[in-house]
Amino acid sequence: MHELAIAQSLLKIVEQEALPFRGARVTRIKLRIGKLSAVVPDALRFAFEVISQGGIAEGASLEIEEVPLRLRCHQCKEVFVVEGPFLICPHCEGLDVEMVSGRELEIKSMEIEDGN
Amino acid sequence: MEIKVIKNILEANEVIASQNKRLFEDKGVYVVNLMGSPGAGKTTLLEKTVKHLIDKKRIAVIEGDIATSRDAEKIAAHGVPTLQINTGGACHLDGNMVRGGLKEFNFENIDLLFVENVGNLVCPAEFRIGEDDKVMIISATEGDDKPLKYPLMFQVSSLLLLNKVDLLPYIDFDLERFRNDAIRVNPRLEILTISCRTGEGLDNWYRWLEEKINRKRD
Ligand SMILES: Nc1nc2c(ncn2[C@@H]2O[C@H](COP(=O)(O)OP(=O)(O)OP(=O)(O)O)[C@@H](O)[C@H]2O)c(=O)[nH]1
Ligand SMILES: [Mg+2]
Ligand SMILES: [Zn+2]
Repeated sequence: MHELAIAQSLLKIVEQEALPFRGARVTRIKLRIGKLSAVVPDALRFAFEVISQGGIAEGASLEIEEVPLRLRCHQCKEVFVVEGPFLICPHCEGLDVEMVSGRELEIKSMEIEDGN
Repeated sequence: MEIKVIKNILEANEVIASQNKRLFEDKGVYVVNLMGSPGAGKTTLLEKTVKHLIDKKRIAVIEGDIATSRDAEKIAAHGVPTLQINTGGACHLDGNMVRGGLKEFNFENIDLLFVENVGNLVCPAEFRIGEDDKVMIISATEGDDKPLKYPLMFQVSSLLLLNKVDLLPYIDFDLERFRNDAIRVNPRLEILTISCRTGEGLDNWYRWLEEKINRKRD
């Protein structure tokens, strides 16, 4: 449900970044979303579609890359990709781990086209 | 043409939350963001806690609610400064909504600010408000599988309160499994079992809280 709030923040950033390119249209936005973030991609797309209507990013597609959950195990001194949601070292099964990635909610880039 | 951006989408909220946090640091106010499903017992816990601590600590409460002021009225009846924030349909509080309410309090005279978030097991987890700790309350009747189904909220919380343990004899709730899953989802999570109804375990919660408040004031 909070996808609406996230879509609003995203739209603000997109409009801000597109400001220097007058008359341009944003056609595609690339996002990186961590595996453990609680965002439902389709809900985010839908919310963005609705709130971007009539603006510079109307019709832009959201390309969402899922960032895997990575843990650094302090015992094994190694970084592992794990399925989650358990934060356990897959090698020694220890809990002395630290999350390296998996919570991202990032915009990476956007594609703009000339309005002319 | 592709433009590189590379920004946290929630950056605007992070900035405001950090500003709130700095204000709380300056004034030595310890802030709890209390999260949990509708009906988990957030308001009941706040009422108990306010009653218990009111002679020892100076408390203020922010009640986040989608539309009503029922919870705020309950808390205000205990004689502590209470502010109602209606989110206007939003499923969570964010840094900006909390900031808008801060002028209502005189933080020189406050040790502890409780924020009851909107009843929801997902959305509040993504939005910082400037809190010291996120505390999650879940009732036993919600089921022992919640750490697996809603891991994020367990992961962002410092303390988990399992409430309504007075009802354990009437339901199938595997406490061992729940604990194990919760710890494996967040190895740093502290867990206390409580009943706001019988008072069981509440002393541990009060102790946890007072220690945090005292540490913040030093
Ligand atoms: N049996 C039992 N009932 C409880 C306990 N704690 C709270 N309740 C009851 O659970 C119901 C919901 O409690 P609230 O405190 O209103 O829950 P809440 O989390 O504030 O709910 P929302 O604000 O709607 O999200 C009330 O009827 C409480 O009396 C408990 O420890 N045991
Ligand atoms: Mg309540
Ligand atoms: Zn290991």
